[in-house]
Amino acid sequence: MSRIPADLRYTRSHEWLRQLQDGTVEIGISDHAQEALGDLVFVELPELGRRLAAGEACAVVESVKAASDIFAPIAGTVVGTNDKLAHSPELINRDPYGGGWLMRVKPQSPEEVAALLSAKDYEAVAAER
Amino acid sequence: MIARAREPLIFEHSRPGRAARAQWPAASAEDERSAEHIPPALLRRRPAALPELSELDVVRHYTRLSQLNFSIDTHFYPLGSCTMKYNPKACNAAALLPEFLARHPLSPPELSQGFLACVYELQEMLKAITGMRGVALSPLAGAHGEFAGVAMIRAYHRSRGDPTRNEILVPQAAHGTNPATATMCGCVAREIPVDADGDVDLSALRAALGPRTAGIMLTNPSTLGVFERRIEEVARLVHAAGGLLYYDGANLNAILGKVRPGDMGFDVMHVNLHKTFSTPHGGGGPGAGPVGVAQRLLPFLPLPIVGRDGGPASAEGGGESESDDRGESDDRGEGQSVRYRWLDERDLPQSIGRLAGFGGNAGVLLRAYVYLRLLGREGLQRVAEFATLNANYLSARLQQVGYDAAYPRRRASHEFILTLRRQAQELGVTAMDVAKRLLDLGFHAPTTYFPLLISECLLIEPTETESKETLDAFVTAMTRILQEAREDPERLQRAPYTLPVRRLDDVHAARELDLAYRERRPQESSDAAAS
Repeated sequence: MSRIPADLRYTRSHEWLRQLQDGTVEIGISDHAQEALGDLVFVELPELGRRLAAGEACAVVESVKAASDIFAPIAGTVVGTNDKLAHSPELINRDPYGGGWLMRVKPQSPEEVAALLSAKDYEAVAAER
Repeated sequence: MIARAREPLIFEHSRPGRAARAQWPAASAEDERSAEHIPPALLRRRPAALPELSELDVVRHYTRLSQLNFSIDTHFYPLGSCTMKYNPKACNAAALLPEFLARHPLSPPELSQGFLACVYELQEMLKAITGMRGVALSPLAGAHGEFAGVAMIRAYHRSRGDPTRNEILVPQAAHGTNPATATMCGCVAREIPVDADGDVDLSALRAALGPRTAGIMLTNPSTLGVFERRIEEVARLVHAAGGLLYYDGANLNAILGKVRPGDMGFDVMHVNLHKTFSTPHGGGGPGAGPVGVAQRLLPFLPLPIVGRDGGPASAEGGGESESDDRGESDDRGEGQSVRYRWLDERDLPQSIGRLAGFGGNAGVLLRAYVYLRLLGREGLQRVAEFATLNANYLSARLQQVGYDAAYPRRRASHEFILTLRRQAQELGVTAMDVAKRLLDLGFHAPTTYFPLLISECLLIEPTETESKETLDAFVTAMTRILQEAREDPERLQRAPYTLPVRRLDDVHAARELDLAYRERRPQESSDAAAS
């Protein structure tokens, strides 16, 4: 069974989102997602300053099985990306909720975060297939 | 059987001074002079480091390499969504005629009437098969045809003063190239989910349609190996919203002579001549991805197209030389008055343009021409019938012996999906393990891990050219694999055992890509494998 930390928010497309002290949010993919994708070999991240619409494809993770779009869970501006992933995409496999984070975003409207799935709701999504 | 020894690179066979001089092209004085026109900075200072071998060394090297491969000529090749069927050797007949082989693409039409007649008749046959009103043969591959198709959809909306339509809807069960095509054409791809039985989710489709909808790209039957049952409703909804329907011909083999994309409501499509119509594929080409269009897209077809002056009239891609009605294309016996010619920008001023040199891959077109002439209407129906019969037989047998179908409630089309999800959970054996073990047992593996929608999946397409005996042998191998999975899962996890290489570390290969050949110094030449 994959890990689903209780303090994060989730999407149906298997991204997670963590609220940071400074009002920005950190975004990554769930343990369930990395497990389904298998060993990641390439990650493409958005440019700093890019404005994202909610649901917009904003990054790509590629495994030997497939390349998958990552969708912005909320609208906002990209303020940071995890540059270590360029050389070590396996960080996502090893530590999806920590060292494998993808990007930091300054939310356009913080209320959007509360509308995302709770850990409990996401558990049901991850069990679907 | 597969050869087992490692074959050195051709560079490793090289010995200084060895050569096959009889194979050298004769250097002319003209060649010498032409070098004078190249700026000195661009000329080589040293000769190219080409391998030096005798003719026999080269023949043996490449023959041995070919023996390291699985191929349709040697093995059952059930690679789903690729239609790796056998291509009858007879279909090479026209393509190998010296008159066609030596024909220069710039030959004047009056010296090319035979070739142009074949191309014209192929256009007409593809129109009859697809239910489209016009066909252009020049795109060089499936994705190239898709590009032409979506470019035409965009040109159509622009011509109507509706240029903001830039969304292409793509069902989850579509081919991976579809969203890529949309993006290449400056559109945005939006994914539409499918329901539990593999049909497009109509409520999601309704929600996605709107004034920005340029069109939808569908494969029918889809990559889930099932026929989209509500296609007419999908067409009605998309058309009502102002969008057009694109048909991806990847799976055309399943419906040949049975149902036509034009009759389902599609406006534009491509056909993979190299899958469905007798050109071998999988080796990287050449292929051909002709496009067909309904009435409203005729003016936008890519060039060139072959038109005909004189003879019975036929629906043509806007060709001015045609009278306006359609009709059967059989022009034999029309005598001297029939002339074929390339249509150009004067005939189709709104054409999206030229996408390939000359008329496309002539050899591929000629193979498709012979294949269609050999099979005829009834033969094509038999292709679809046996392709679907073989898939359904294989699906039923594999379920009998203990495999799970991804869509057990649906009848398969020409291909079907097994899911190893249960075996992965219970036995720790994955779809990849099964695929690798199949190689040991003398079968090319089916498509693995596609479509992405189904976890631990194998996409199996036997095609119409396989006998019941071959299918039964495949079932026997799959039965044995399932037994091994229960009794000795490790045996599967370490497969293959009998090939020149064992289980490859594809993660390592992808993360640390290293494809460059580096010449070894003599003292290193006894080293193990080349990288």
